[in-house]
Amino acid sequence: MDKTVNQKAWFLVLPVFLIVAFSAILPLMTVVNYSMQDTFGNNQFFWNGVGWFKELLDPTTDLGGRFLASLGRNLFFSAVILAIEVPLGIVVALSMPREGWRVAACLVIMALPLLIPWNVVGTIWQIFGRPDIGLMGYALNSIGINYNYVSNEFDAWATVIVMDVWHWTSLVALLCYAGLKSIPDAYYQAAQIDGASRWAVFTAIQLPKMNRVLLIAVLLRFMDSFMIYTEPFVVTGGGPGNSTTFVSIELVKIALGQFDLGKAAALSLVYNLIILIVCWIFYTVMTNAGAERAPEKGVA
Amino acid sequence: MARIDLVDLAHSYGGNLAPPESFALKPVTMTWRQGGAYALLGPSGCGKTTLLNLISGIVTPSRGKILFDGADITPLSTQKRNIAQVFQFPVIYDTMTVGQNLAFPLKNRGVPKTEIDARVADIAKLLDLTPWLERKATRLTADAKQKISLGRGLVRSDVAAVLFDEPLTVIDPELKWQLRSKLKALHRELDLTMIYVTHDQTEALTFADTVVVMHDGRVVQSGTPAELFDKPAHTFVGYFIGSPGMNIVPAEVRGREARIDGHTIRLDRNYDGLPPGAKIEIGVRPEFVDVAAPGSGLLSATIERIDDLGRVRFARVRVGDAKFAARVPPGFSASGNEAGLRFDPSRVHVYADSLLVEGK
Repeated sequence: MDKTVNQKAWFLVLPVFLIVAFSAILPLMTVVNYSMQDTFGNNQFFWNGVGWFKELLDPTTDLGGRFLASLGRNLFFSAVILAIEVPLGIVVALSMPREGWRVAACLVIMALPLLIPWNVVGTIWQIFGRPDIGLMGYALNSIGINYNYVSNEFDAWATVIVMDVWHWTSLVALLCYAGLKSIPDAYYQAAQIDGASRWAVFTAIQLPKMNRVLLIAVLLRFMDSFMIYTEPFVVTGGGPGNSTTFVSIELVKIALGQFDLGKAAALSLVYNLIILIVCWIFYTVMTNAGAERAPEKGVA
Repeated sequence: MARIDLVDLAHSYGGNLAPPESFALKPVTMTWRQGGAYALLGPSGCGKTTLLNLISGIVTPSRGKILFDGADITPLSTQKRNIAQVFQFPVIYDTMTVGQNLAFPLKNRGVPKTEIDARVADIAKLLDLTPWLERKATRLTADAKQKISLGRGLVRSDVAAVLFDEPLTVIDPELKWQLRSKLKALHRELDLTMIYVTHDQTEALTFADTVVVMHDGRVVQSGTPAELFDKPAHTFVGYFIGSPGMNIVPAEVRGREARIDGHTIRLDRNYDGLPPGAKIEIGVRPEFVDVAAPGSGLLSATIERIDDLGRVRFARVRVGDAKFAARVPPGFSASGNEAGLRFDPSRVHVYADSLLVEGK
């Protein structure tokens, strides 16, 4: 087919191209550039090739050890909060009212934690957990539980996890609730007629109908928890020791604390790559789940 | 399998204290015989789905009783009623195969595995689903899914009745006909009471041996398709059934004569003693009014248009202010707009306040 040649169209694409170049491509290329060099004071740069990347993936070096340890902590953190928030979110969604003014009341209450800025959430829990003036910290200690998130690793982890569950379970619950609401009444009526128990209704109707929103919930929660920075930084500052230092905290320490731009650039590229891969896996799984819905033609 | 009796059954979604006129289902007393094929026919919002949901137990009646074989089951839950229901949109359990879907109601009731397998195989054969038993049910077309919904009802050997709530709404037209014949065949084979809700008169008249017509929360007539056609008990039935519907026009009726627009039509029966003050109308199906050349003794009318339905032609005519549909006899060709109407006196019915009056 013959197309009209119209070179003027380039001028229409140009602004977008410039914006993307300035906001994404140039900064990214700068990072790539840094990741290949070593920095010293006075803006002196020395070529280092793929040295930093080699170190990153080698646990015996300082950089690699710190990166892999924080990555492990991060993955463990994500696994724990997903294991808590997803089932809890489903239970909350199932017990939410289906109609009347209570729906609105529930939705508002559930949305509240989602609307609080990250650093405020961190500050709330930082104070809430303090053994001297925090309500929770003081209460726990006064009933004989020796709780101190500043000095005890387990307490620090528990605080960070409970904080995340408090902050984000409503997101999972709201998504599940939306999924539940979209199930037509006929399904419940048919299940009644078929004599299904409450558990059978859950496994045969509600869970399968929720699986798409659950996938989205898992994706969002994984991403958010994998990038988590502000809340644990405000509460524990990554401590005690390095016990709650996640990848993002480690990255900021290297980049801004030590001003090791080369190491930090390499780390952030690998970090970015991991996120891209996870995104791609989820995307593939989700599109496959969607394809399964479409009826096959010519059957029956 | 059971005979179903409704005793003074009524329902209001606003509760029992709501004003009687607002009831979604006004009090009804009737019997559904064991093994009958019934259709509940009426326009949207006439209460037919409410009646169906009352029988299946999804809705609890505001008043009245439902008896299965004489036993009062009104307080029983849906699970305990042994009712099967097929909904407007196919309900299938996504994660299960066709076979597991069919087995689900039996599994829930703790039926032994061997018995489940045997029943599922039987029902699958009956519904031509055998080749798909191992397939995921989500992947099938709407009509196959609807068959699965039906199969889940039939798989229980003890169902008292199978209820259908407009089950063919989402099915392609060509498959509708097939599925309907399948239902009919199943009915003959299984000797089940079937109640079929629809707003489509063709579906109702072809499926059922008894059609129950509902209007505004009331059962206005229940009878065979022929009865509904020949002798509508309510002007609504006349108008709703038949295509085009019955002609219903205000008239003065005295003895054996009806007067429309100054013209007299002879009646077969005597209608003395009509209730005074009632709104009197006569009703006649278009099939029993012939268009003829204008002449004395015929009701004169103006032809507005002629619809050719293939096998038969109907003229839309105007008599005074009233509109009429009338059959155009083969070979008749209108000269100009003027025509006369010839009535078949035995087919002209008289209605007082919309209800059929039996002449003597």
